[in-house]
Amino acid sequence: MKRFQCNICGLIYDESTGDPEHGIKAGTRWEDIPEGWTCPECGVCKIDFEMVEI
Amino acid sequence: MGNPVVIVGSGLAGYAVARELRKLNAEIPIVMISADHGGFYSKPMLSNALSTGKTPESILNGDAVQMASQLKITIRSHCRVTAIDQPGCAVILVGGEKIFYDQLVLALGADQVSLPLSGDGVAKILTVNDLDDYKKFRDALAGKKRVTIIGAGLIGCEFANDLATAGYHVDVIDISAQPLGRLLPSEGGSFIRQKLEESGVVFHLNASTQSIDQVRERLCITFANDASIETDIVLSAVGLRPRTQLAAAAGIPVNRGIVVNRLLQTQFSNIYALGDCAEVEGKVLPFVMPITHAARALAATLSGNPTPVLYPAMPVIVKTPACSTVVSPPDFSIQGEWHVDADKDGVKALYRDETGNLLGYALLGAATKEKNNLTAQLPPVLM
Repeated sequence: MKRFQCNICGLIYDESTGDPEHGIKAGTRWEDIPEGWTCPECGVCKIDFEMVEI
Repeated sequence: MGNPVVIVGSGLAGYAVARELRKLNAEIPIVMISADHGGFYSKPMLSNALSTGKTPESILNGDAVQMASQLKITIRSHCRVTAIDQPGCAVILVGGEKIFYDQLVLALGADQVSLPLSGDGVAKILTVNDLDDYKKFRDALAGKKRVTIIGAGLIGCEFANDLATAGYHVDVIDISAQPLGRLLPSEGGSFIRQKLEESGVVFHLNASTQSIDQVRERLCITFANDASIETDIVLSAVGLRPRTQLAAAAGIPVNRGIVVNRLLQTQFSNIYALGDCAEVEGKVLPFVMPITHAARALAATLSGNPTPVLYPAMPVIVKTPACSTVVSPPDFSIQGEWHVDADKDGVKALYRDETGNLLGYALLGAATKEKNNLTAQLPPVLM
């Protein structure tokens, strides 16, 4: 399980917890998140996230 | 093609426009002018960098050279714009150099408000408004134990939580009766106050700071009631003032911020503004989400497809791990009132108008799990 951080606001997407509030189940791998998903905190697209060390 | 799109400012707003515009148009020349190093970093990360183990160096996402090559733009670092020659379609830099533009984007940001205080320690007050400030703050923290923050707003509370978690003794002073006074009803203020106190933060509320004096290597803060506390470092976070001087001097109408319409356009059709410096249809919204929306609309407009900005409801997450908090501030100019459910686990405060429509909310602790459900019921901020 990897973690990705929003470049813009710093929000962390953790694959192990997902983003269930926005329909992304726990365990969803980054590449399986729909392209239309946006950062729940600042609204930017997936492209503006980067993988971070655990 | 003629002259470039010139973006003045390299903060989140300036970079958001550059990035979005480049997505839409691979060719259009873009020049970004920055008064500082011009690198890209996430400003919201500054206020929780200690507990997330980040240094000023690691917060920098890319320096100006890397960003210029990544976005295929020209970045003029350490260049300050002194004036806008509106009739001539140029900005003038310190030293007199003129840079001509077809379209100008003002992404100037805001200044920290400084309080009128007396005493010989006033020059030692620190503020954190950008990465360079943050470096100075981190350097100042080395070997110190006590930090006093003036201002219990969003930034003040976030820094207080971060510093307390990192083991500092933190005092927070505010003139109002509660933290986050502009965002939370009193029950919410009490809740976050208690959580922050449990993590070690000491609040001094209803307290008006009068003077700051150097006492040997420490600073002594004196309140209007003559009480005083000693500290090593004073961080001021009492609010932001949009940077409007440059625009005003060029004859661009300003109010609280630089006045723009739904196209983010000033009175002059090829000069735009967004972010902390802009007042969009009467609203100054100093948060990240509005910048994201504004930058997308503006990028479309700049590439020839005029697109008004739409703001949905935009909840703001307060980065205080001691007390999870999310707010969607209502438009307080609309008549309404708070309806509050508070218990030991959280506070759910809903701001409703006279007919019961939800206009805003403040959720703390366990109540934050209702965020999405409630956000869906909110009216858009600008539709």
